[in-house]
Amino acid sequence: MKINIQRDILKEYEADLNDVTLLEFLQNIKTSKDSSLTYSSGCRSGVCGSCAVRVNGREVLACSYKVQDGDKIEPLRNSKVIRDLVVDMDRAYAFNQKAKAWQSKDSQNILLSQEDEKMNEVQSDCIMCSACYSACPVYAVNEEFIGPFSLTRAWRYVSDKREDSPSIKIDAIQTNGVWDCTLCNECTIVCPQGISSKADIEKLRAQSAIHGFMDPNISNFGGGFGFDGSPSF
Amino acid sequence: MKYDVIIIGAGGAGLTAAIKAHESGAKVIVLTKEYSTRSQTCMAQGGINAALGNADEDSIESHIQNTLKSAHNIANEEAVRFLCEQAPYAVGWLDNIGVPFSRTKESKIAQRKLGGASASRACYAQDYTGLKILHTLYDKCLSLGIEILNEKYLLELLTKEDKDEKTFVYGVNVLNKRDSSIETYETKSVILATGGYSRIYHTHSTNSVSSTGDGIAVALRAGARVSDMEFVQFHPTALKESAILISESARGAGGYLLNSKGERFTNELAPRDEVARAIDDEINKGENIFLDIRHLGENFINEELPQERKLARLYEKVDPVFDLLPIKPVAHYTMGGIEVDENSQTNIDGLFAVGECANHKVHGANRLGGNSLLELVVFGQQAGENACTYAKKFNKEYNLHSELDSDSFFNDSNNEINFYEKQEFLGDIFYKNVAIKRDKDKLLTALDEILKIKKELPLMGVSDKSKTYNTNLIEFLEFKNLLQVSELVVQCAIRRQESRGAHFRTDATDENEKYKKHSIINKDGEISYED
Repeated sequence: MKINIQRDILKEYEADLNDVTLLEFLQNIKTSKDSSLTYSSGCRSGVCGSCAVRVNGREVLACSYKVQDGDKIEPLRNSKVIRDLVVDMDRAYAFNQKAKAWQSKDSQNILLSQEDEKMNEVQSDCIMCSACYSACPVYAVNEEFIGPFSLTRAWRYVSDKREDSPSIKIDAIQTNGVWDCTLCNECTIVCPQGISSKADIEKLRAQSAIHGFMDPNISNFGGGFGFDGSPSF
Repeated sequence: MKYDVIIIGAGGAGLTAAIKAHESGAKVIVLTKEYSTRSQTCMAQGGINAALGNADEDSIESHIQNTLKSAHNIANEEAVRFLCEQAPYAVGWLDNIGVPFSRTKESKIAQRKLGGASASRACYAQDYTGLKILHTLYDKCLSLGIEILNEKYLLELLTKEDKDEKTFVYGVNVLNKRDSSIETYETKSVILATGGYSRIYHTHSTNSVSSTGDGIAVALRAGARVSDMEFVQFHPTALKESAILISESARGAGGYLLNSKGERFTNELAPRDEVARAIDDEINKGENIFLDIRHLGENFINEELPQERKLARLYEKVDPVFDLLPIKPVAHYTMGGIEVDENSQTNIDGLFAVGECANHKVHGANRLGGNSLLELVVFGQQAGENACTYAKKFNKEYNLHSELDSDSFFNDSNNEINFYEKQEFLGDIFYKNVAIKRDKDKLLTALDEILKIKKELPLMGVSDKSKTYNTNLIEFLEFKNLLQVSELVVQCAIRRQESRGAHFRTDATDENEKYKKHSIINKDGEISYED
């Protein structure tokens, strides 16, 4: 099987392997053919988020993707490439700070029901692989966009009964946040954990409205009604 | 800049220690060779033990007794007592900082049964317990402004003898993976939270590729003592093809182990050492072994074990809702580690250790499922507080200097022998000879091979000469640490001429009172036994 890997130049690699994950293919090359090939990996079971790359333009986890003859492998977008398939995640992860994606203070034995827990069960499956961050087209126009996974993580706490100051988080995601998303849904499509940041962003928009914020992109900020009579805010 | 507490490793243990040290008033920094959320902790699935009694009748005393029994008489009862008594507070704290545990109908934290437990004691978040704990700890660190520096690989601890000839730590040298520069950090105390050494077994392990025993090897080189290295836990149920973990909670919920004839052959909920041996016996008879959870039903599996289903489909091409899941036991958790006292401190002043790299003597010869996430939190808090207290009183004199130069990693390197091949070979030898059932001949053969590799080490090295993100270099350094640690595992296994917990010798099948002790290795590599 032959694949092409984007390094300084696009380079072709061949290995006598079939029905293997992309990570296994990369490991084979690294350990037996070209020790300079550089990528990240960890758990090899889809839960540590180390090995996200793009295959034929689409974000995947190398450990969870069965590599195909002719595949083109590239590093994630929107982050600085350090070498080959390794990108610097520091900037992407720093958006968690901007989104204040945490519980504001220790709660005191608040009881959560099964329904309460379900509110963010899937969102808390996030592995921070940054596939969504790479797929997000907003970064082409706004480098400061807080971004899909950080907003999902903000929702994970805003929706938690133990959070006593959700309004602080809602405040934090107004600028370069929920309203900058185009709702294109690319983040949802590439998430290996089945999380829809787009849906979470919509929920955060609804919460923002409850907290008195409005979509700054809509000029008739006084609200009003559309042609069909439905509220247009 | 001088820190009060430097924490090496940003998994559950490291982050808990960082939070506690920070809250105790220490100036803290965390250094990790990956990124925090990529740590081994994220792979823990089953749960964290605490005798809350939310699902059925339970008591702290039962938790203590179950842990001691599983440990086969070489756990420290006081340490176990402390661990189990603190457990409800530890889980309460996790709940209060936001861990999204699964819940009961009564809005309590849901609990389930794991092997060797007399009650449903493991608090869980579906089968993503470790992931959700780790990420919540990470979020908590962010909220406190704790600095975490990523991609810094630990090279050495800077130590010195004080005027009373007691060794103390005052700094660390790390390799910045991004540019291969060596960075020196000055500190009053260090907490090692660097994880275990299951990757000696290479692909025959459930672990992340990062579980290479770095902290243990570095601590040894600095003069720390390590102990109980021969005790390596094999998890009974890893996927047959990929060695990927399938949680014990699948059996806790009622899953069966079947052989090729479709017969059950063991108590599925015995401690892991017993179940792994029972499976090993069957495999040696020529049987294939399967985990059967079909009768639990699709709804239950989707609700409680979503990750298991996903992993089985992806890596074994089997849907456990409808089919039997082929499994095998592989190396999963290393009980041995850096020797610590009741304050989590090593024999080096100011050097603390916690998590899988440490040996708090709570697991003895065989760890109970659900006790490792617990240990991270209980001893992580303890280490964080104690390191802070120590740092506040620190007044030792030293000159900060380091002679290490990363050029030497490249200049010295020779590449006549591919170390990756040796690493794979070492893993295979360990899986064959230093695994579930051992004997003197097998162990001596393994030792012989290790010594041969050691001798050949000057012929191995880094062929990639780039200073930018050189994973070839990092992997070579990890390999050398693994090699160092692997020799200790085999040496200790040879010396312990008995069977106890995870260390089973076919040439000495009983527990021997003479060895009801901990094997201790000092900095000169000498092995002794202590209570």
